[in-house]
Amino acid sequence: MSEELFPEPEWLSEEVKTGTTIIAVTFDGGVVLGSDSRVSAGESVVNRVMNKLSPLHDKIYCALSGSAADAQTIAEIVNYQLDCIKHEEDDPLVCSAATLVKNISYKYKEELSAHLIVAGWDRKKGGQVYATLNGLLSRQPFAIGGSGSFYINGFVDAEYRKNMTKRESQEFVVNALTLAMGRDGSSGGVAYVVTIDKDGAEEKCVLGNELPKFFDE
Amino acid sequence: IVSTFNNYNDLYPDWTQREVSTGTTIMAVEFEGGVVIGADSRTTTGAYIANRVTDKLTPIHERIFCCRSGSAADTQAIADAVTYQLGFHSIELDEAPLVQTAASLFREMCYRYREELMAGIIVAGWDPRRGGQVYTVPVGGMMTRQPVSVGGSGSSYIYGYVDSNYRAGMSKEECLKFTAEALTLAMERDGSSGGVVRLAVISEQGVERQVILGNQLPKFSTV
Repeated sequence: MSEELFPEPEWLSEEVKTGTTIIAVTFDGGVVLGSDSRVSAGESVVNRVMNKLSPLHDKIYCALSGSAADAQTIAEIVNYQLDCIKHEEDDPLVCSAATLVKNISYKYKEELSAHLIVAGWDRKKGGQVYATLNGLLSRQPFAIGGSGSFYINGFVDAEYRKNMTKRESQEFVVNALTLAMGRDGSSGGVAYVVTIDKDGAEEKCVLGNELPKFFDE
Repeated sequence: IVSTFNNYNDLYPDWTQREVSTGTTIMAVEFEGGVVIGADSRTTTGAYIANRVTDKLTPIHERIFCCRSGSAADTQAIADAVTYQLGFHSIELDEAPLVQTAASLFREMCYRYREELMAGIIVAGWDPRRGGQVYTVPVGGMMTRQPVSVGGSGSSYIYGYVDSNYRAGMSKEECLKFTAEALTLAMERDGSSGGVVRLAVISEQGVERQVILGNQLPKFSTV
C-alpha cells in the first residue's frame, strides 16, 4: 500500500503499540478525563489494570497513549518541571503544562511515539483540554486518542454538547470508553475517570461489570 | 499515523498509479417490514476523487440490493456475476429469490477468490419468507446475518455511534434518520467518504430511493 517513490522505513511500523482509548471533555466548571486500563503487547495483555491518567499537578492531569514508556517519561518530566514552577505561582496554567508536553513531543518527535491529552482547571480560563499529538498543540472542547478512539469518532461528534453538567460529562466519558472498549481489541479492562474542578481532582474507577450495556450485549 | 499538512507525494501525482477504490461508508438496517440501506458517494484513486456522485447501492434483484465497498472494479464484477446467477436461479424457481440465497452467492465468490479480491459487501433486501434481512460479507468471505451492519473505511468511526443508538424495533422513518446521521458522521471524519448520502428502503411494496445532498445533511454540534 505504501508509495514506491518514498518507501516508509521499516522500523516505523514495528513499534510496540499499547493500544488504548483516552478521552477528555470540558464541562462548565472543569474537565473530566477517562481511560481504559489495558496494556497489550501483540496478543498478550501485560497489564489489565493500568491507570493511564497521570497527574502533572494538583489540578492538571494527562492521559497517556501510544508507547507506554515514552508517555510515562514525558509525564514524569513535565511533572518535575511543573513542580519547579510551583514555588513561584500557586496554580500553573493548564496551557503551561500543555506547552511543556508539546515542547518535548515536538523536539523529540522522531524518537517518541506518544500522544498525551492534557486537561485540567486553572483560575484564569477554567476547564481546558489540550491535544498534543505529534508535537501539535491544540485547545479543544474535547479530545479523544488511542487506537480505540477511531471507533467512537462518530459517537462523540454526535453526542457532545457544550456546557454539559459534571454528571452528564462523566456519563458521556464512561459511555464513550465502554463503546470503544467493546470494539477495540487493544482497549479493555476497567474505566478510570478523573474529574477536575476548582475544588481539586477526584479519581474514580468503574469496574467492568458496572459499565453500561449497549444493544449487542 | 502522523498528521501532516503537506505530503511528500504531492510532488508526483500518485493517483495515476493507485487503484480505484470505493473507500466508503456503507450501512444497512433491518426494520419490521423491510430494510434501509445507505452509502456515501465518493470513489477515489489515491487522493483524487474519481467520482463524487457514485451509486454504491446496486440492485441484484427486484427486492435485493448490495452495498459495495473496497475495490470498485472487484465489487462491480462480483455484483454483475451474482446478478446473472440470481436471475437465472429465480427463473428456474419461478418465484422471488431469498435474500439469503443472494448473500450465499456473494459469499461463494468472495471466499473462493479471497486472495485476488478486495471486496466488502453488505447484502440487504426483502423476501416473502423472512421479511427484511441484512447479511454482511466482509473481506475474506465470511457471511453473517446482523440486524444492523456497517462497512467500508468510514465504518470504523461510527461503531460507537451505531452501538449506542441502535434499538431493535425502530420504524422505517427512525431507521432512515439513524442511517443518514451515521453516514454523515462517518463522512465528516473519513477522507475517503463524502459527497451525498444515498438511501433506499426495500420492502414488500418495492424500492424507494432518495438522495440527501451535502447541504441538507444533518448537522452536529462540533462540525
